[in-house]
Amino acid sequence: MCTTCGCGGDGNGVVIKKMGTDEHVHYHSDGTQTVHSHKHGHAHPHEKNHEHSPVHEINLEQDILHKNQLTAERNRGFFEALNILCVNLVSSPGSGKTTLLERTVTDLKGKVEIAVIEGDQQTSNDAERINKTGVPAIQINTGKGCHLDSEMVSKSLRLLNPKPNSLLLIENVGNLVCPAMFDLGEKIRAVIVSVTEGEDKPLKYPDMFHSSQVCIISKTDLLPHLKFDLESLKNNALKVNPNLQFFEVSAESGQGMGDWYKFLTNKIG
Amino acid sequence: MSVYRINCIVCKIEKMHELSIATSILKTAEREVENSGGHAVKEITLSVGKLAGVEIDSLKFIWGACMKHTVLEKAEIVLLEPKGKAVCMECGTVFALEKLYDSCPKCGSYFKEIMSGKELKINKLIIM
Repeated sequence: MCTTCGCGGDGNGVVIKKMGTDEHVHYHSDGTQTVHSHKHGHAHPHEKNHEHSPVHEINLEQDILHKNQLTAERNRGFFEALNILCVNLVSSPGSGKTTLLERTVTDLKGKVEIAVIEGDQQTSNDAERINKTGVPAIQINTGKGCHLDSEMVSKSLRLLNPKPNSLLLIENVGNLVCPAMFDLGEKIRAVIVSVTEGEDKPLKYPDMFHSSQVCIISKTDLLPHLKFDLESLKNNALKVNPNLQFFEVSAESGQGMGDWYKFLTNKIG
Repeated sequence: MSVYRINCIVCKIEKMHELSIATSILKTAEREVENSGGHAVKEITLSVGKLAGVEIDSLKFIWGACMKHTVLEKAEIVLLEPKGKAVCMECGTVFALEKLYDSCPKCGSYFKEIMSGKELKINKLIIM
């Protein structure tokens, strides 16, 4: 049950909250994450008399994630019309997504209009961190879901109301597997990998690297303390996706962040 | 070589997107059953490419729970698993792609276009 309004729902439902207000939307159990059967509370009478053949064969040839793709394209159209650069940040848990996001938002606000969508299974901690910087933020709690989908983003957009010529940063749920399959309508998918992870991460989780355009290597300030082969990581990532564009950054020291900002602001134009 | 994948039975978190896949299949099947005036699916043909990023075992694992008391509960599943195939963008060689990071066997290039193996489709439904 929702603790804000008392609205019922199963414990796994998605909740979307706008920071700094009481506005929130329940993403009820018709979402793609929830296992259930559709109970139709009404009959479907056939008013016309016609013969049913006992068996229908339907050659559907439809993508299983067709609905997600359709909504993603709608989101994409919305972003293009308003010249909103939408970036989907994906990584394993603990790669430094939120810190990178916080630093980006802090350094770029005033120069670019920014809005943020935070995806986590539980808590509003991340969106609250962003909201403290004065940038509008929406928190999506996916409950037991392990990824954001385009419908959640679409619903969040109505609450967030991002401005034209702005930057929309989406922090996906920390998971290097599932979010790879779900297009949100973003222009750029940026996979973040920190230097405290293995150099072979791109080979272990190729789908995410294959579907991204940008690879941000984070926590580079820790390199002097680690046996980490940066070139080996990059080579592995390029084997999976030879078109990847790299940024080597430390959100802690600010090293390399300038190139990342230049990339973002150039894309907005 | 056999590889055993150990998933957390309780949270299944690393494989959870198979649940979204199953739910999407169910929604489509329910819609088609209703549109055709039938009552259940007799047979469903699915294509899950070898490079689609879906674990067949995980999908099978959750299928039973997911489809209980639905139009798909008794459906026979015909599963097609198209193998990975790519064309090298440097030399044009068509080759079998087992992993997304395989290079062209002829020229060694990693630039390739995937021709098959990424399918994730409902091909056919037989509704009764």
